[in-house]
Amino acid sequence: MPESAAIRVESLNVVRSETAVLRDVSFVVPAGQLLGLLGPSGSGKTTLMRALLGLQIVASGDTEILGDRAGAVALRNRVGYVSQSPAVYGDLTVMENLRYFASILDVARDDVDRVLADVDLERYARSLVSRLSGGERARVSLAIALLGAPELLILDEPTVGLDPVLRRDLWTLFARQASAGTTLLVSSHVMDEAARCERLLLLREGQILADLTPAELLERTRTSSYDAAFVALIEGST
Amino acid sequence: MSRRRALATAARVARQLRHDPRTVALLLLVPSVLLGLLAWILRGRPGVFDHFAPSLLGIFPLIVMFLVTSVATLRERTSGTLERLLTMPLAKVEFVLGYALAFGTSAVAQGALVSGLSFGVYGLHVAGSAWLIVLVAVLNALLGTALGLSLSALATTEFQAVQFMPAFIFPQILLCGIVVSRDQLPTFLHWLSDVLPMSYAVDATTRVATSAAITTALILDIAVVVGFVAVALVIGATTLRRRTP
Repeated sequence: MPESAAIRVESLNVVRSETAVLRDVSFVVPAGQLLGLLGPSGSGKTTLMRALLGLQIVASGDTEILGDRAGAVALRNRVGYVSQSPAVYGDLTVMENLRYFASILDVARDDVDRVLADVDLERYARSLVSRLSGGERARVSLAIALLGAPELLILDEPTVGLDPVLRRDLWTLFARQASAGTTLLVSSHVMDEAARCERLLLLREGQILADLTPAELLERTRTSSYDAAFVALIEGST
Repeated sequence: MSRRRALATAARVARQLRHDPRTVALLLLVPSVLLGLLAWILRGRPGVFDHFAPSLLGIFPLIVMFLVTSVATLRERTSGTLERLLTMPLAKVEFVLGYALAFGTSAVAQGALVSGLSFGVYGLHVAGSAWLIVLVAVLNALLGTALGLSLSALATTEFQAVQFMPAFIFPQILLCGIVVSRDQLPTFLHWLSDVLPMSYAVDATTRVATSAAITTALILDIAVVVGFVAVALVIGATTLRRRTP
């Protein structure tokens, strides 16, 4: 198992303006796992994801991604990233956005059509991104991350602001990617999305509060809803 | 360095401009209209337009390109697209070259139009070659782009970026020799003007305006401006940060 780990984090500490944002975070994610990163806003989810991408200046700790140091040049077309606010060009069409990022990643042109179908945006290919709704824009951002079928996807709240049908469709897409061997780290503050993951990391105030499966979470807290389970877990820890 | 990724970035920036025709129109027309206004104001005063216009031909494009580039790069930073690109196999120098190429092309179009109008319609006369004036005008526009790329790293908001124009460009206009000839400046200010790029651009245009000879001094002035463009682009690339606190 350790050889095929997609993510290996050891005693990661991040300090921002003298406040500890991540405190001694350690975990290992085997390849092909769909891992949910849950926690209230401000718990350090985005910081952790940025650390995995090598975008975050860290105080101490080791972060190894696909056998390489986080942020290494060799990883730059093996990891797909969706930031919380959609990082897309509003003054370009959906197609122009995808084609530009495809050329940066040196990905074949027909891959653009594949990812467009994956996020169900084919009919908006020629629309300017600035004219799309927030949810559609988020899906353009996701489509860019899917270009070139990276081995690891780091998705920061990809379903925020989407309607339930779309959220279900995207989680089905994530599960399909995972069963094809892609490792996914998906953050959310919607606890109900926990049910869609194979494994959950619960983050609170920069620390891992729990590392378990959705079934274990409900069992341990003796609750029936994930919202209730999370509240129970937080109250139990203080 | 991949030429493909730099060119793809340039094409993308150009495509963004194409979706914004009003900006393209402003880019092309503003310097031309300003020079026309100056010619009109100075009508009936022979020699005065010929004295000021060659320098202003370079300064107006520099200001416009500086502003446009600062705002464009700041937008890349705040929208997260720059961060996304830096998680991909795009080198910082490819990003900067892409911008320089796209805005450099706009600068050539802008410089050609404003020079063409100045010489053809506004009645500008210079002793030397008009092409050298066009060359310096385009170099100035490129300098504006390069300065915009490197200085926008210091700005965290649009308000700051816009104020960098008076902060970094106006002193150069005051010290470049248009207001008071550089050799009549107080000693310290003369030294200061010696390290500012616009001084060399204006020196070059003044030489072309007053003499038909292509002297070593003229070539040196132009070379210094090219050097400033290169240095500003390198600084622009180094101020892009992949890792942030």
